[in-house]
Amino acid sequence: MAEQLYQRDVYGQTLVRLGAQDKNIVVLDADLSGSTRTNLFAKQFPDRFFNFGVAEQNMMATAAGLASCGKTVFLSTFAVFAAGRAWDQIRISIGYNNFNVKVVATHAGITVGPDGASHQALEDIALMRVLPNMNIIVPCDAPQTAEAVAAAASMPGPFYIRLGRSKVPTIENKDEFKFGKSQVISEGNDVTIIACGIMVYEALSAVKSLAQKGIKARLINMHTIWPLDNEAILKAAKETSFIVVCEEHNVIGGLASSVDEVVSENFPKKVIHLGIRNRFGQSGEPADLLKEYGLTSLDIEKAVLSNIS
Amino acid sequence: MENNELSIKELELKAKEARRLIIEMLARAGSGHPGGSLSAADLIVALYFNILRFNPKDPQWTDRDRFHMSKGHCCPLWYAVLALTGYFPKEELMTLRRLGSSLQGHPARSTAGVESASGSLGQGLSIGLGMSLAAKIDKKDYRVYVLLGDGEIQEGNIWEAAMACSHFSCDNLCAILDSNGCQIDGRCEDIMGLEPLAAKWQAFGWHVIEINGHDMRQILSAYEQAKTIKSKPTIIIARTVKGKGVSFMEGVIDFHGRAPTKEEAEKALKELS
Repeated sequence: MAEQLYQRDVYGQTLVRLGAQDKNIVVLDADLSGSTRTNLFAKQFPDRFFNFGVAEQNMMATAAGLASCGKTVFLSTFAVFAAGRAWDQIRISIGYNNFNVKVVATHAGITVGPDGASHQALEDIALMRVLPNMNIIVPCDAPQTAEAVAAAASMPGPFYIRLGRSKVPTIENKDEFKFGKSQVISEGNDVTIIACGIMVYEALSAVKSLAQKGIKARLINMHTIWPLDNEAILKAAKETSFIVVCEEHNVIGGLASSVDEVVSENFPKKVIHLGIRNRFGQSGEPADLLKEYGLTSLDIEKAVLSNIS
Repeated sequence: MENNELSIKELELKAKEARRLIIEMLARAGSGHPGGSLSAADLIVALYFNILRFNPKDPQWTDRDRFHMSKGHCCPLWYAVLALTGYFPKEELMTLRRLGSSLQGHPARSTAGVESASGSLGQGLSIGLGMSLAAKIDKKDYRVYVLLGDGEIQEGNIWEAAMACSHFSCDNLCAILDSNGCQIDGRCEDIMGLEPLAAKWQAFGWHVIEINGHDMRQILSAYEQAKTIKSKPTIIIARTVKGKGVSFMEGVIDFHGRAPTKEEAEKALKELS
């Protein structure tokens, strides 16, 4: 079993590291700093941390005001409250202004677990993807979270970084993170699996199992949802017989839709969608929820086997 | 830029000129919001000509005072004042709302002197709060001014920001409430009552100054008083008349969001000459 870490722990530690190097970094939270781990930054740099209480809309627009004065602003809350509750503030005050605000949303996806539907953001990628100027990263594990956060800090403009609640297994031996450039985790020409976030690990398990059955699957970690790595998608469409997209998100509007948009316009090919099929979440343990919503490595393997000729 | 302060009489003349420009550009554009642009004209003219520190030749000067118009639909007023203070030529005002213009129907950063977009109501006090916190972090002495509409403060985001400005002791921030008593669907008190305004803001921890928003002496004195208030933010509740300065627009709800026709504009300009 691979090493398992919390993405949000690494996020908090990365903020502290970046904050020590760059005095211009300011961090905001809305009464969830213990969960999002921005409390690590708050402890080190209390003069550059602001807690807004349970008021995400105010936090979001205040971030824009800080950015208008040259600050690099990182802010965090749960994904449902960031992308959902404060969407209009992100749209006008951050996106339209093209301000240097990094929304790092934690507790995204079904694996939030027992808190249930109200707290399981299954539509946040869709909500962010339709905003011009918004860059979107879904890191697949904890080390990649550090790379993504550092990349966002080094580039101007708005970012949405999507993190989970639970511990995530680390994907070993992958290339260095390059913003906007996907990673090939395993090579193969029979089928391509494109995944993001925790689904990369599930997909990798499926790839290993498929290999034993003689099927060579290409696995792409599409960590950057916008700007999308169209080149890698089209290469997959041309070189492999079909594509399976795996995401811990509604199949409407997220990574599957992103892949469809590229493929259908340029090189039509069958794209199978493995994600939440337009349902709300519910309470349960993360592993049970992945089973219930068809997001396990077994589900991915089945999808490949039933579509391969 | 250290502006030479204008006299009361000169400020009143500038306000009249701003009102004329508002009427002209709205008539030319054929759409837009005259009522609230006219009601806040005296407040914003006084602010830009006698209070605000800025340099139109260097809009990004780091020590500039910040102004943000949260009630973005009244941007014709903002654009008129930015032109009058030298941010761009007056002729540009006549491109308002046209395809490709830097003067959008609601404020955008494409306009010189505009710090942040607005137009979706209720976000601007938070923008001002962010500017205020940035000044504190950087130990700068610039001040932040935010213009709010009274219909606008029905938005919940305003009260989140009101709470936070007070919590963070933002004494470098001054909100200006253009209390003209009207919103699109009618009088504020009929649509969604706001009074008692002063008591509400006081309860949120603000220093409150109530004035007649068309009396230049009261306006200047309120801005000066706000500068002296320590450890809490100030709000100037300016009682104004919607459509102020044009007799047939004063207090008329219809002119919240309807541009004057050519004939109405001619009549209005005559009154403002």
